Amino acid sequence: MMRGFVIALVVSLMLCATAAYAVDPTQMPTPALQARYLALTHELRCMQCQNEAIADSPVDLAADLRRQVREMLLAGRTDDDVRNFMVARYGEFILFRPRMSMRNLWLWLTPGLLLGVGALVAVRIVQQRSRLVPQDNEPLEEDIRS
Amino acid sequence: MNRFALPLGLFALLAVVLAIGIKHSPDKGTIASPLIGKPAPQFSLPSLTDANRIVKSSDLRGRWYVFNVWGTWCGGCRLEHNVLLQMRHADLVPIIGLDWKDNDAEALSLLSQLGNPYELIAVDHDGREAIDWGVYGAPETFLVNDQGLVVYKYIGPLTQEAWEREFLPRLPAKQAEKS
Repeated sequence: MMRGFVIALVVSLMLCATAAYAVDPTQMPTPALQARYLALTHELRCMQCQNEAIADSPVDLAADLRRQVREMLLAGRTDDDVRNFMVARYGEFILFRPRMSMRNLWLWLTPGLLLGVGALVAVRIVQQRSRLVPQDNEPLEEDIRS
Repeated sequence: MNRFALPLGLFALLAVVLAIGIKHSPDKGTIASPLIGKPAPQFSLPSLTDANRIVKSSDLRGRWYVFNVWGTWCGGCRLEHNVLLQMRHADLVPIIGLDWKDNDAEALSLLSQLGNPYELIAVDHDGREAIDWGVYGAPETFLVNDQGLVVYKYIGPLTQEAWEREFLPRLPAKQAEKS
């Protein structure tokens, strides 16, 4: 029963995947260009549907933006040229992977900072506890209360 | 008391940060345009109403204008059509239309039925011009000043209220006086 359900789920997910790939039949002339094209169209957001990449979206605007990417790559422009072109018109929001800038620097640094603070706190707690061990004759405060 | 002070303080800080985030998050998922304060895109496109004419951005230099992206396939554009007609009637600022990925004949017939609020209409069959303006869904309406800079962008069907609240105050005094 459970097994049958899992198989049905996997099969239906696979069907979704093939449907998504059918959106964009574009073939670039060389494998290298094709790889760059696929990478770029997967990292640019479809502004109309907002949670889909332009590679996966069937809406008109996504097709127009894919055409733009294809033409720029065929004209010999770099990946960053394409990204800058899109950001200049649609804003940073069009990139699924936001770039580091002075404005969002704190967003990139905060996780590391918090990790450092957490590590410091952990080290201090361990140090305090280990100092307790040799003269540990009296029960801890927590133990008395419970 | 002391052992709760730090977590409580952190919680309060987080609450404030999130509150600011929610307050500043744009309405209805609209996205601020990076074009604000920048020169409006240059264009040179066929005119919808006059086959012999080219609508050029350089011809608009030195004038304030409203740039309205629309199409007959766009339901929201139908909703704002009356507001645009009223704006035309008030005659404070010319409205330049961009007919986006549309059928020329259908667009002309719609305008002859409902009235034409536009001074000029540029035709963008393949959607390239709309990309330059960062358009992601019609209707979208830009306000461009006499320096050719984009001053404001409104996303969605225009309302009389939005016109009075967002556009009128941004127009130079001598133009707004006429109302």
